Amino acid sequence: MPLQVHHHDLGAIELTILGSVLLAAALVCALFAAGAAVYGGRTGDRRWVDSSRRAVYSVAALLTTAVVILEIAFVRNDFHFALVADHSSTTTPTFYKLTAMWSSQEGSLLLWAWVLSLASSGVLYITSRRHREIVPWATAVLAGLGSFFIGLMIFKAQPFGHLDPAPAEGVGLEPLLRNPYMAVHPPMLYSGYVLWSIPFAFCIGALIARKLDASWIRTTRNFALLAWTFLGIGLLLGSRWSYEELGWGGYWGWDPVENAALMPWLVGTAFLHSVMVQEKRGMLKVWNVSLISATFCLCLLGTFLVRSGVLQSIHAFGASTVGGPLLVLIAVTAIGATVLIVTRLDQLQPERRINSLLSRESIFLVNNLLLVGMAMVIFWGTFFPLISEFFTGEKHSLAAPWFDRYVTPIGVLLVLFTGIGPLFAWGRLSSGAAKRLLLWPSIATAVTIAVLLTVSDAGHHVWALLIFAFAAFALVALWGEFWRAGATRHALTGEAYPRALANAVGRNRRRYGGYIVHAGIALTLIGIAASSSFQTNRDLRLQVGQTAKVGDYTIAYRKLTADPQNERIAFAARLDVTRDGKHFATLNPARNYYPTQDPTAGPIGRYFMGDSTSEVGLKTGAGGDLWTAFQPDLSSLNPAIVRGNRELRGLPPNAQGLAIIALAQHYAQDPPPANFKVIVNPLVGWIWIGALIAVAGAIMAGWPALESRRRLEAAYRARLGRELGTATPPN
Amino acid sequence: MEFVLAVVIVVLVAWFVTAPLRGRPRQSDEIDPGVAELAELEARKEAKYRQIRDAETDHASGKLSDEDFKHLDRELRGEAIDILKRIDRLRPPEAHGPS
Repeated sequence: MPLQVHHHDLGAIELTILGSVLLAAALVCALFAAGAAVYGGRTGDRRWVDSSRRAVYSVAALLTTAVVILEIAFVRNDFHFALVADHSSTTTPTFYKLTAMWSSQEGSLLLWAWVLSLASSGVLYITSRRHREIVPWATAVLAGLGSFFIGLMIFKAQPFGHLDPAPAEGVGLEPLLRNPYMAVHPPMLYSGYVLWSIPFAFCIGALIARKLDASWIRTTRNFALLAWTFLGIGLLLGSRWSYEELGWGGYWGWDPVENAALMPWLVGTAFLHSVMVQEKRGMLKVWNVSLISATFCLCLLGTFLVRSGVLQSIHAFGASTVGGPLLVLIAVTAIGATVLIVTRLDQLQPERRINSLLSRESIFLVNNLLLVGMAMVIFWGTFFPLISEFFTGEKHSLAAPWFDRYVTPIGVLLVLFTGIGPLFAWGRLSSGAAKRLLLWPSIATAVTIAVLLTVSDAGHHVWALLIFAFAAFALVALWGEFWRAGATRHALTGEAYPRALANAVGRNRRRYGGYIVHAGIALTLIGIAASSSFQTNRDLRLQVGQTAKVGDYTIAYRKLTADPQNERIAFAARLDVTRDGKHFATLNPARNYYPTQDPTAGPIGRYFMGDSTSEVGLKTGAGGDLWTAFQPDLSSLNPAIVRGNRELRGLPPNAQGLAIIALAQHYAQDPPPANFKVIVNPLVGWIWIGALIAVAGAIMAGWPALESRRRLEAAYRARLGRELGTATPPN
Repeated sequence: MEFVLAVVIVVLVAWFVTAPLRGRPRQSDEIDPGVAELAELEARKEAKYRQIRDAETDHASGKLSDEDFKHLDRELRGEAIDILKRIDRLRPPEAHGPS
């Protein structure tokens, strides 16, 4: 860090102290909230429960103020804040200054606690007059979690550490994080993790209070759906960042931190389906309390993996002192939930039994097994290095091929069930209806297999072929559901078919939104199967003017350009791509070199010995992507760098800057051969499109429908009111 | 300045959080159990209506046979009537009116 000194600024330092005071006050409030909630729950004194709720609101207000102070410090380049000095600089673009807060351990913990406080405040406001027995215990859980994370910040990772004197310039943001996807990825991921705490807390409250009907599920359903959606968006953004930024052309590497976010998403998916069975049929109660507990424990595990350093990951903050406390929290959560579930088993008995395999509830049970099974496989593979070290003394990692081998078959079955599930009815599907409903999807499956075997070499990629076939099954089945919805309403009401379809879908957004999610997932898996199994990947070394053939494409390396700036030097290659003799695309993959703060690198060398990032050249299309990455050979610059370090040391920065510009431009005029990675990725864009469709479906499923609820109530109240006089009790 | 601000914030928070504890239990607390239960029953009623509608949709689209639909519909309607009766018992007498 530069040694120039700012004048002592009492106001700025006091702001850091104010931030620390806010955190301390938030901790006191959170601890009070937990204690008051427990006291109110045990004694039934509502005043203490109300006070605990106000304490949670106060935590949200205090942490919001703390976040605002920190963000203002980032924007104003206030390097008295150690966090700002370590993760930002005067040359960092404003957008990345605002998002730099969560690029650090301390800032990300603050984000976690802040989102938790906001979500907790929201759910407690909504339930302020409901669930009298459950809410105190749920409040205690949420406040306890808040206390933990705020305490972690205060005692282990203080975001308001201050520097006196403040440096003149900050270190800047990690180059790999200067990407819009990576800027938004952490808040999405943490929102997902945090929002799962809401249904978890209410589940624990229901277990403690022994109120184990579906009421806690109904209240927290939208929070669970939001959590699933945010976590999914976080996974999507992370994958896209990997695809565009890391320079290897892939979007998923079975990295431990990637897996740690996928596992709660899978188990959470099982939970979202399984709770429908409890709501509608009174079954799978043990499954549901176990699934939400497992989902939340896995969220904590994901938080732990990023910060503990126990497993190597490009996504991780690295080893830190917060790993131990997080591990304790996970253990307490898992053991506590297990004890509660075991001691309440008598009240978790199902109200009915599954009486037919041809029923939606039996399909959802299979769904649970597949999703949890997949999560367990991924868990084993992720933690195998630690498991092997425990038993053998040596760490052995399991790489991507292992995961692909054991996860893919389960994924294939899941694709099939995304289509089967919507076809089946609650209770029992008649065998005649089953044959009729399965006919067209089965035909689609057979046709897909036949066509692919005829026109492609899909026969050599069995798993991909099955995914395509079962995805076709699912998409045709889902299309049939929408068609039947419109046709049924059209027959009943006489409305024109398009209007009938719109009304049928609009009046049951939860169901049809869910179907749209299924369609999105099927499309995503098509994209994954195609891009994984039919990819063309070549490493090239080209001189300017040379061409090479990759698949159907001819790649011509035309020129290299240099773009030296204050913050980085970029070298870009211009590639002209033709296909079948016609111009297809012009791609400009680049490599950015950021200066290192290491003074031993020298005034010239520091620009070439720091971190570097890849900007891929990408041509996207419905049929696939042409992806290129570029790695210039800078070894020819070494003699000039050494001479420049020696002769230009001590000169003003402007003079050094001019020398660097001249060096970069001289290099661009006569560059040595460069390395390129070129990948043809069939159908990869459908991963992102499918994921976005799934997100849209989730939003639709969770969207409140006040008007239709009133119409529904009026209709059924009138009909059931007539039966009140002659009603017989249910069996 | 920041010190004063911190003190003000802490005092305000303490006043806000402890406000419910400074008064006597309100009379409304005694009727809260009924209000809370009524809200829960209303939520269960909506869920039951939704299930009845889903069953009707499944029957109309041919997924449920007439016999299975009849059985399921009777079951769901019975549960809905049970909930409506409990709602009617909890509501104040002046709230009753034609359905």
